[in-house]
Amino acid sequence: MADWRTVPADLHIHTVVSACAEAEMIPPLIVRRAVALGLGLIGVTDHHSVENVQAVEQAARPHGIRVLPGMEVQTREEVHVLCLFDDLDCARSWQDMIWKHLPAHANREEHFGAQYVVNAEGDYLRSNERLLQTSTTLSFEKVLGLAEEWGGLALPAHVDRPRYSLFANLGMIPEGVALTGAEISARITEEEAISRFPSLKGRSLVQSGDAHRLEEMINTTRLRAPEPTLQELRRALLKEGGREVFLRGP
Amino acid sequence: MLTTREIKAGEVVAALALRVLAGGSNLEQQIRGGYASDMLSCVMAEAKTGYIWVTMQGHPNVVAVASLLELAAVVVTENSPVEAVTVQRAEEKGIPLLITEHDTFTTVAMLAQLGIKGSR
Repeated sequence: MADWRTVPADLHIHTVVSACAEAEMIPPLIVRRAVALGLGLIGVTDHHSVENVQAVEQAARPHGIRVLPGMEVQTREEVHVLCLFDDLDCARSWQDMIWKHLPAHANREEHFGAQYVVNAEGDYLRSNERLLQTSTTLSFEKVLGLAEEWGGLALPAHVDRPRYSLFANLGMIPEGVALTGAEISARITEEEAISRFPSLKGRSLVQSGDAHRLEEMINTTRLRAPEPTLQELRRALLKEGGREVFLRGP
Repeated sequence: MLTTREIKAGEVVAALALRVLAGGSNLEQQIRGGYASDMLSCVMAEAKTGYIWVTMQGHPNVVAVASLLELAAVVVTENSPVEAVTVQRAEEKGIPLLITEHDTFTTVAMLAQLGIKGSR
């Protein structure tokens, strides 16, 4: 355990393929900001797309920053769930599955914003013409179950937010649901979150920037484990073998 | 009393031609008011005992909230998908779980015509 590193992480970052993200959310700038924040692990989690994950991975590799491929899924109940995967192939097959459960509407850039797929330098490759930012037909429990099938990790996103969150939309943690952990937003402290939502007590929490702009990326989450991988993150959230995820104190 | 006349869940079922998914043996309860939202946290904050709740959510937590607040009935609109476990739990808890093809707007308008009111 002596050589374990404690790695600062932000597991919920959007790129320009998310219609609501700013144009500055391109791989080189995300990585530059991650370096400035001392992040060793980042999650690239766009709305129903993993198309920019590889580009961020390529940009991050020279800096020794690990990238977890992921996606922010919107359930039928409009609850956002942060889904993270081991590798890109797994995340791509997850995307194929999710797209089958997403209504086939065209994105309207003038209303919702553009959805750009870019390379590691941030250059434009193509636009995703499909409306990504809408609800899937999958229930909250179904998304959790499917993520487990894919070997991924699913965490209810920004549970303290007044919309698109587990507590806002569904009122409480559903009976029979075993959460590996939960994500809180940057707008609340761990103590405030537990005080407002007592059912979070005793659970591992991550805090993410849900960054749609570079300055929204944060570094308050710490992973203490042999290495910063998805499976180690899962074991740390479950507090296995001395691993842990904790939030930096004020 | 928020309603202008006494009205029971069973009368609402008849007047709006609602389909009863569960809780059919518990339609005698007086309806004291109404609330419409798909945000369960808002329902928990605003709906009161004896209210009828209009929503598009079919998640099992609907029953948990209705049971917690002792609501008189839940109306699911637009024939939205209701999970099997939701129906099962509503039956267990004796919560009338009703469903209609109408949307929430139309459903609330019809409930208002029956004299059912919101709290603010």
